[in-house]
Amino acid sequence: MTLLEAVDVRKFYGTFCALDGVSLTIAAGQFVSIIGPNGAGKTTLVNVLTGLLAPTSGRVRFKGDEVAGIGPVRLARLGMARSFQLVNVFPGLTVGETLAVPVLARRRRGGRLLASLARDRETWSDVAEIAALFGLGDRLERPARTLPQGDKKLLDVASAFALRPEVVLMDEPTSGVSTADKHAIMQTLVQAAARMGVQAIIQVEHDMDIVFGYSDRIVALHQGRVLADATPDAVRADERLIDTVLGRSYLAR
Amino acid sequence: MIARALGAIAVVALLAAPVVIPRYHVTLLLPAFAYSIGLLGLNLLFGTTGLLSFGHALFVALGAYTAAALTTHFHILHLETLLIGAALVAGVVAVPVGLLCVRYVKIYFGMLTLAFGMLFYSFLYKFYTLTGGDEGIRVLRPRLLGQAFAGLDKVEFLIGPFYYYALAVLAMATLLMHRIVRSPFGLGLRAIRENPDKAAYVGVAVRRYRFYAFVIAAVFGAVGGALLAVPTGLADPLLAYWTHSGNLVFMLLLGGFDHFLGPLVGALVFILLQDTVMSLTTYWRFVFGAILAVIVIFFPRGLLGLLAWRREPTA
Repeated sequence: MTLLEAVDVRKFYGTFCALDGVSLTIAAGQFVSIIGPNGAGKTTLVNVLTGLLAPTSGRVRFKGDEVAGIGPVRLARLGMARSFQLVNVFPGLTVGETLAVPVLARRRRGGRLLASLARDRETWSDVAEIAALFGLGDRLERPARTLPQGDKKLLDVASAFALRPEVVLMDEPTSGVSTADKHAIMQTLVQAAARMGVQAIIQVEHDMDIVFGYSDRIVALHQGRVLADATPDAVRADERLIDTVLGRSYLAR
Repeated sequence: MIARALGAIAVVALLAAPVVIPRYHVTLLLPAFAYSIGLLGLNLLFGTTGLLSFGHALFVALGAYTAAALTTHFHILHLETLLIGAALVAGVVAVPVGLLCVRYVKIYFGMLTLAFGMLFYSFLYKFYTLTGGDEGIRVLRPRLLGQAFAGLDKVEFLIGPFYYYALAVLAMATLLMHRIVRSPFGLGLRAIRENPDKAAYVGVAVRRYRFYAFVIAAVFGAVGGALLAVPTGLADPLLAYWTHSGNLVFMLLLGGFDHFLGPLVGALVFILLQDTVMSLTTYWRFVFGAILAVIVIFFPRGLLGLLAWRREPTA
């Protein structure tokens, strides 16, 4: 089943062409990594796919709905969540409160003016469940700013997952995290996705261990074009592609 | 626990005050109650949502003028009606003003609220056929729950029935605001304060929430303003002047904007301090300026921040 579809997307910044006719179809059950050298258009592509940027031409549809310019709140309602490269938390909110915000939004209870949040058992049990999936179950009362960096990253991703979206887009989910923590975070994330009914994950990633270790499909961008869209094994076998996208240093390893 | 005990002591003290303390000091508590209500609204914007308004006096003045116009021109004397009228007028005015202001944040939001406040001040000052110009409009003695208390003189009325009426309104406003802050909506506002971009991506309609907070703040401001105008018996343009908005911000900083009860403590201490300093020197503004500087530099979390310092260091 097709969830997200980009058709012949072009994006110009002035005269600079960041995306030059990108077409992409994401189906349920896929873990897609977008790779490519700096300036290849990865972040622009994610911004276009999430409706943050309107493409200069071409279309982006999510479950049949036009995505261009719909804004983050409606995007979340439609079932698409996004996390960013830099760790993005609410410093003064506790872990529990941070997760309660998306849980309430998903249950359309966020605007309740006079209801008691503390007595909203369903919300808090959902929060506890999500926190447990991300290994944050014992830290619900901790303010986000006091968490170690790895936990902040997990909380950031957990709050996107707490929308229980169908598709999650992540811009370098393991950036700013020590190498030792990277795999732990990815494993947590993949398990949580399966448990929470996330149907597709799209990530931009530079770390090839993560890319080859977790994705089942790789989209390689180069100068705004899709250079390859294949399985990790097929990508690994294509020396010319590896050379272009990752450089000779990767081949030499 | 300690906070609850202190709160209970404060309530008992305020209930007993008219019997225990001198009349003059009881009359000082009246504006403190009124300001507390207005500041609860201002703090929903600043402390909870992270938007600092320099034009909150607009709504305080609007409440006072609504009470004045209703009593003087329409002979409506029931205070309940005056308060509801003030709330409604402020709500209606806050819709267009809020829609424009919440498009901006930080200093731009502050400057725009300041501009609207000054616009209203000019209106009050210049349209004297409607507003009485610099003389303002008198606020007649209202009936409380239908009672005129005709046998009491002005001070007896103020420190007796009106005192308890104002205290009851303050208690209701405090409980209502407490509910709002502790609601899912209140959490959304705090999320916006902490990180508006992130809040949007986890499903909070940032601008809409800010707008609602603005309207609620305006309503609290106007109810406070209506109560403020009863003891003075007058609504005049200075209520909308920017220095009055400045005083409101001062009170909030004094009490501590990151504490729910900061507005109440700030209003009370400001009024008592102003009275004391004004009786000692004619340069009271100078003294107040110095106090404000000390607070901002050394006690950024206000007086209640001093009590709470052990709980958690500011990071």
